[in-house]
Amino acid sequence: MDIFLFLLFAIIAVVAAINVVVQTHPISSAVSLIGVMGSLAVLYLLLGAEFLAAAQVIVYAGAIMVLFVFVIMLLNAGAEAKRGRSLMVQLLGVPLLVALLGLLAYFVQRLFPQGVTVHFGGFTGGTAEAVGRALFTSYVLPFEVTSLLILIAIIGAIVLARKELD
Amino acid sequence: MDAFIVITLIKLALIAFVLLTAVAYLQWVERKVIAHIQVRPGPYRVGPHGLLQPLADVIKLITKEDMMPSYVNKPLYLFAPFIAVAMALLSIAVIPFGPTIEVAGYQTWMQLTDLNIGVLFILAASSMGVYGIALAGWASNNKYALLGGLRSSAQMISYELPLALAVASPLLVSNTLSLRKLVGSQEGGILHWNVIGGGQIVAFLVFVIAAFAETNRVPFDLPEAENELVAGFHTEYSSMKFAAFFMAEYLNMVTVSCMAALLFLGGWDAPWAPEHGSRFVPSIIFVIAGLTALYHGANPPHKLDRYTFTAFGLIFLVLAAIFVAPIVQSWLLPLFWFVAKAGIILFAFIWIRGTLPRFRYDQLMGFAWKFLFPVAMLNLLVTSFLIAWFA
Amino acid sequence: MTEVPISWYLTLSAILFALGVAGFLFRRSIITVFMSIELMLNAVNLSFITFSYQFKQVNGHLFAFFVMVVAAAEAAVGLAIILNIFKNRATLNIDEIDSMKN
Repeated sequence: MDIFLFLLFAIIAVVAAINVVVQTHPISSAVSLIGVMGSLAVLYLLLGAEFLAAAQVIVYAGAIMVLFVFVIMLLNAGAEAKRGRSLMVQLLGVPLLVALLGLLAYFVQRLFPQGVTVHFGGFTGGTAEAVGRALFTSYVLPFEVTSLLILIAIIGAIVLARKELD
Repeated sequence: MDAFIVITLIKLALIAFVLLTAVAYLQWVERKVIAHIQVRPGPYRVGPHGLLQPLADVIKLITKEDMMPSYVNKPLYLFAPFIAVAMALLSIAVIPFGPTIEVAGYQTWMQLTDLNIGVLFILAASSMGVYGIALAGWASNNKYALLGGLRSSAQMISYELPLALAVASPLLVSNTLSLRKLVGSQEGGILHWNVIGGGQIVAFLVFVIAAFAETNRVPFDLPEAENELVAGFHTEYSSMKFAAFFMAEYLNMVTVSCMAALLFLGGWDAPWAPEHGSRFVPSIIFVIAGLTALYHGANPPHKLDRYTFTAFGLIFLVLAAIFVAPIVQSWLLPLFWFVAKAGIILFAFIWIRGTLPRFRYDQLMGFAWKFLFPVAMLNLLVTSFLIAWFA
Repeated sequence: MTEVPISWYLTLSAILFALGVAGFLFRRSIITVFMSIELMLNAVNLSFITFSYQFKQVNGHLFAFFVMVVAAAEAAVGLAIILNIFKNRATLNIDEIDSMKN
């Protein structure tokens, strides 16, 4: 069951991620990216991160991606103009990417022996309570700094988006 | 293990059936109530007092021609109603309707599943529901639909904030994210409910107002404002695809009403102890309803009503008798209180639709950001401060 | 119950990250480039949570949480910048936004 669920959602995530890259229309990419985020949320659940899974859907899929879709709709962004990347880039880029990926996968397989396995319920420390406790004790300084960052982001977004007053 | 699967499947079928029937009849109730607010009879032709109208509507919607305009973005156009109704159905899975019951020796909860993060699950499902409307508006490739979709995504992002903040304060009081434990922490009568015992009356009002906006209901139904936008995001939808959006809206109404009942009104907890008479309340209500119907059956305004009113009066009296029976009281009474609480909020939805005019768009946004959001924030701050002070 | 090797999760994370890099490099629409960045951040989050499982500690979850919060702030500012660019130059193609080049 574990391996079935993992494979199902891993394949959905990879296919959707490929779709993000190859689709020419931004809104198709955005919908595919929502698919990636949703399947990643399920994988988080399998890894025992129940709070993070909910936060992933609420914050990433439910707030950030809505903003993206909203902006795409607002700008009425059409399909990306087909433009000739030089042939060399296309010929070299994909094999290089595959090579990089192969290398990464190889090192991951080497560095993490097969003995360590994941099964559902193997780690139950990801509850909302555990995350909250750690957040407000050992991570309280980063938490406060993040709140400052959000304040700056709010002000920045308002300044950027305001109408000129002249 | 096997018994668990069988019981879950039975519960699944039962909840799906009851929910979909309730949604169909909610629409009938809405049309009737609004009709009576506007002093007209409402649906009257199909069945006695239009009682079979939902069935007729379903047949009409299924058999109608399914038009697809040629200029739409096909995959997203087909995908949007599906996601709207799927996300609306999803959240009902974690909503508990009553306490544990025993059927044929097996103990089970009147709930499909209880999650540690039940409240977050519902918030997540409702925040994904935005895509149904936004993508429908975009994929229709129509100016009105696009404007409706844009408005709805802006509105739903804005009102999600006060909604989430209003949900947070009763969670602080009850100290859990599981809906079942949430009800457990409010047990013991009306004085222990979060809305009174927890002092969350402000959060309750903010929640209800934000819920109206989240479900795109009057006075916040800007995404489908028919006098400016034709029909908003579902302009280009017909037949079952249109029905899917309709269903999603009513399912979302049911979900937020259940949420309000669970978070603030003590779920299935009776307002006062059953020993002191609250167990007779449902029977009394049904007896009054039955006698009223019998009286109208004896003095019928129309010829046919002689039989229909009498029949309904007898049905109500039988229901009243069932509620007195001690065997079923243990699970029927909580169910009654839960349905009554959710039903009152659903009625408020309809009542307000018959009463209030629509907001203007800038008023809508200003209301969310300049009034509702600060109020919810302040309420959360005060609540957490008081909890820290007295804990 | 067959169990999943932990390295599979990390490989999946690597694949998603590489696809994010590919999107970032190959695509010309500024919005898609931005979405590729989000894809990379998601891949990194999966790694954090996998490590959290491996060491049975909650710390990885907190890192992932902070990444999410920063991504939200970044999206708000980034999309405001995109709106401004579109308002001033009426294009979303990153190759045409080169006024600082010369």
